[in-house]
Amino acid sequence: MSILKLEDVTIRFGGLVAVDKVNLTVEKGSIVALIGPNGAGKSTLFNLITGIYTPTEGTISFMDESIAGKTPYHIAAAGIGRTFQNIRLFTQLTVLENVLIGAHTRGKCDLTGAILKFMPWVRREEGELYDLAIECLKQVGLTYKAYELAGNLPYGEQRRLEIARALAIKPEIILLDEPAAGMNPQEKHTLLEMVQAISKTGVTVFLVEHDMKFVMGISDRIAVLDYGVKIAEGTPEQIRANPKVIEAYLGKGAASNA
Amino acid sequence: MGTYLQSLVAMVDPYLMQILVNVGIAIVLALGLNVIVGLTGQLSLGHAAFMSIGAFASAMITIKTGLPFSLNLVLTGVVTALVAAIIGFPILRLTGDYLAICTLGFAEIVKVFFLNFEPTNKALGLTVPAAKTVIPMPIYVLIVAIIAIVLVTFVQSSRFGRALKAIREDEIAAEAMGINTTRYKIQAFALGSFMAGVGGGLYAHFLSYINPSDFGFLKSVDILSMVVLGGLGSVPGTVIGSSILASAPEFLRFMSQYRMLVYGALLVFLMVFRPNGLLGGVNFMDLCLRAIGKKPAGVALKQKK
Repeated sequence: MSILKLEDVTIRFGGLVAVDKVNLTVEKGSIVALIGPNGAGKSTLFNLITGIYTPTEGTISFMDESIAGKTPYHIAAAGIGRTFQNIRLFTQLTVLENVLIGAHTRGKCDLTGAILKFMPWVRREEGELYDLAIECLKQVGLTYKAYELAGNLPYGEQRRLEIARALAIKPEIILLDEPAAGMNPQEKHTLLEMVQAISKTGVTVFLVEHDMKFVMGISDRIAVLDYGVKIAEGTPEQIRANPKVIEAYLGKGAASNA
Repeated sequence: MGTYLQSLVAMVDPYLMQILVNVGIAIVLALGLNVIVGLTGQLSLGHAAFMSIGAFASAMITIKTGLPFSLNLVLTGVVTALVAAIIGFPILRLTGDYLAICTLGFAEIVKVFFLNFEPTNKALGLTVPAAKTVIPMPIYVLIVAIIAIVLVTFVQSSRFGRALKAIREDEIAAEAMGINTTRYKIQAFALGSFMAGVGGGLYAHFLSYINPSDFGFLKSVDILSMVVLGGLGSVPGTVIGSSILASAPEFLRFMSQYRMLVYGALLVFLMVFRPNGLLGGVNFMDLCLRAIGKKPAGVALKQKK
């Protein structure tokens, strides 16, 4: 069953059409990759799905409910988690606090709960949130740094922390924006296994990535965007052989040589 | 009980008592501003406006009704918080400098309003009768200050406080975590203003006379300096910052006309060498533990109960 459906999604910034009538369906439980040259509109598409932008035309449905134009916090609470292309961690807070904030939607206590700090229901909820946060940190292997400031972590661990934070929403689908950027091959391999493990827990994975080996090694389906238009979609084998894709990435000469 | 406490208070030198009460009131005001500026990262330059709303509201409640002082203060806080929520709704959508300018403008509006408000004697100011309580004012201020410290400390380590800190760090990321940033900003603003209102009420009844000109931009900057000096977001820091800055003008009195010069120089010196504030970014508990030679907790994870 499809968990995320984009129908004729278009967004215009003045005269610039950043995303042009994109149709895409993501099946529940699968790993789908979105690839394309820089500036193709991939992050824009992510921002459209997560509510940072509102589409000029088209509909976006998540679990059969329209989410186009809803506020980002509403969409996050509905079960869509995301990481950011340029890491947006809460750098002055600890690793644990970052993930606890990710778990925000899993709690209910507000200002009154803060004042009544020692009431049983407040303590119970804090305990639950704490357990959830530790679970997520375990999934990315960062429990040993729980009390470290997020800003002090090395780059690769910061990326993993962002994933843990997104997982704390307990999302139905997680959007990873270039999760492997800036990582060495060893780190990429660890990340690959981590994403596969996450997928096995039932979370749908939708990712944007440039590293072809990574993408080919992990995806069930791949969609290709170029200048805001979807130029191809299919299994890794189909995409690898598609002349339009080769042309977009390597230029016209390469396509005719393929 | 009342007379017992009175005699306790009488044992302390009145001049020192006045300084301590000023420090106590400053702590309440500064902690309120700390919630807005330090925890949530929203720059408010109009905190004195809420203090004045609280002062006049509290005074009017004492004059017009016979409500006991505790109820008076709670009501004052609620009224001030309501005003803050109403004004916050449109202006908290702004960011950084624009929000600061708006709060500045709002503070001036409030000042001019009270300067022309007939029921509170316009520019002549209001004489405030004694508070309706057997507890002497200095003890009251002490109790309220302690409650304020405990309250803000609780808020800091709660789910609510974490949401505020997230907004301070990165609003877009906070929204992506399901946090309704506008709602939380308004709530933080209301909470901080509640405390400002209560502080204003205490101020009004301690000084027994309030004038709209007391609550101008300089007062807002005064309170902001206490928060910044102590360290944005740090509760012990704000307490220390308030203690230093509320008492410094008195302790520097021996310098007579050079007093404010030294006060200003002190601030500049501290900001140059410690821009984070005295306890900015410092975990106070860890600091204390290290001071007595023990290793800070939190290095190992909590064991599941």
